[in-house]
Amino acid sequence: MKSNKKGSSFINEISKNKSFYGMMLPGMLFMLIVNYIPMFGLVIAFKEYNPVKGILASKWIGLKNFEFFFVSNSAFTVTFNTIFYNAIFIITGLGFALLFSVLLQETGSKMMSSTYKSLMFFPYLLSWVVGQYILFSLLSVDKGLINNILEFFGKEPVYWYAESRPWRFIIPLAYMWKNVGYFAVIFVAGVTGISSEYFEAAEIDGASKFQQITRITIPLIMPIVITLFLLQIGKIFYGAFGDWGMFYNLPMNSGPIFSTTDVIDTYVYRSLRLMNDFGMSSAVGFYQSIVGFILVVASNLMVKKYDPDSAMY
Amino acid sequence: MAKNKITTSKIIINLMFIIYALFCIVPLILVLSISVTDEMVIFQNGYSLIPAKFSLAAYKYVLSGSSTLLNAYIVTIIVTVVGTFCHLFISSMLAYSLSRKEVKYANVISFLVFFALLFNGGIVPQYILLTKYLHMKNTILVLIFPYLVSSVNIIIMKNFFKSTVPDSIVEAARIDGSGEFSTYLKIVLPISKPVLATIGLFVAVFYWNDWFTCSLYIEDNSLYVLQFLLQSIMNNIQYLQSNDMLQKSAASLPSESARMVTCILAIGPIILTYPFLQKYFVKGLTLGAVKE
Repeated sequence: MKSNKKGSSFINEISKNKSFYGMMLPGMLFMLIVNYIPMFGLVIAFKEYNPVKGILASKWIGLKNFEFFFVSNSAFTVTFNTIFYNAIFIITGLGFALLFSVLLQETGSKMMSSTYKSLMFFPYLLSWVVGQYILFSLLSVDKGLINNILEFFGKEPVYWYAESRPWRFIIPLAYMWKNVGYFAVIFVAGVTGISSEYFEAAEIDGASKFQQITRITIPLIMPIVITLFLLQIGKIFYGAFGDWGMFYNLPMNSGPIFSTTDVIDTYVYRSLRLMNDFGMSSAVGFYQSIVGFILVVASNLMVKKYDPDSAMY
Repeated sequence: MAKNKITTSKIIINLMFIIYALFCIVPLILVLSISVTDEMVIFQNGYSLIPAKFSLAAYKYVLSGSSTLLNAYIVTIIVTVVGTFCHLFISSMLAYSLSRKEVKYANVISFLVFFALLFNGGIVPQYILLTKYLHMKNTILVLIFPYLVSSVNIIIMKNFFKSTVPDSIVEAARIDGSGEFSTYLKIVLPISKPVLATIGLFVAVFYWNDWFTCSLYIEDNSLYVLQFLLQSIMNNIQYLQSNDMLQKSAASLPSESARMVTCILAIGPIILTYPFLQKYFVKGLTLGAVKE
């Protein structure tokens, strides 16, 4: 390999490892197009976007787009719902998964444990569109299974898609249904990775099962829990690429229940698709990105303090 | 610890898991059951877990009637296969190069990959870029394009390559005169099958389940993907039901069960490949669990 000392070090490095940089190129190009160029597009949030004129020629309107969003009642509702649900998701999702992963070791039968695992994990592979069908089969006003059961017991049928209150429970339940099994499988992988020597030694020292769980199992899988925790935080404000499909699909776009089902993502999606309001949806998206960024950085700092090895960076 | 004694705590634990497993699976059985129930029975009794009168009419109706479904199947399969393959190829090349110590700018580029995870421009700028400047609206390409690289997958692969591909092999290949690309193709990829299989499956499930991209960029119904078709059918039948005039004609078609048939057909491939999917998911999750 010839090294040319006269050239700048940059050109030197590129030519030295040109095959590696060549292999990076397609990926970097896609990343540039899909992730980085759109970041500059955020200026749309400050413009009255005109599709004919294009981004650059559209008129600057300062913070008007933001004003429009924040003055509306929706701003508080969607921000609150986004944070409220995700907080519940992370706590119950990771909590139950942790509990299940520990208890899966205690069923007394390997076959039973793996059967439970298979059944729990399955919903994770289904889309929220399928989730919408399933929920509709349960909650449909005139035919749904749940109203059938209520009627059987002589109760009045409930108009599920028009009553906002029950959704505070329906949404977290649906989230659990889809994700707890997945988290549990990850944790189980961590638990089975723990050397049995620890447990044997603990047993000899007279540690109870409960002590073994709290002193050995949980501390040893904590790094995995933290990694998942950070990833989930990141997903909250991950915009269209996060897992917000449930908020759009499950309530079937029913207006009367927006107060408990609408989140930032569904709001952005609706203002883009139905109202074609580029300026405002971009402003709301921008707001979402910023809050998300702060949240991820803050939680990472928190983790860093508690357990530096588990932090993301 | 090999006590086979059945204790009360074991019974409680098993009972709890049985209840939870039913919670996960019974709703799906409900959908399956509706799909094989006679339409008239549904209109009289509503949905029930056990079909009061068994009928495959809805399956016949869906499978014989519409080319839309078949078409959506084909589009979805193409998108899933091509998308997954390209994603794996492009991401693994980038990840492998980033994992090599001799690449000086690997750190800077790794940071750029990571930063894309933390901050994004949101959907609107991407929408404008893809439709107005790259003219991808109503093309099959747009269903694949936005998801060809993912920061998380690149980071996982990079860490895998770092920990599993020994320097000595790469150097030995280099001495034997193998170019870096052919080393990657012939040596690195074959020993990285577990991570590629797992990430590939995640990506495949993502493409298969994606309704969002289609709903934003596709208006031409010959390019509808399965999930978006499913979503549209739900909304259309609702529309039919809210119109008294149309209710009668809706009743003559097995619309209630047909809707669920479509749903079952959309998840069919996932059910059929589940044993295989599960095996690799779990394997790969174990990899990911070992500190990224």
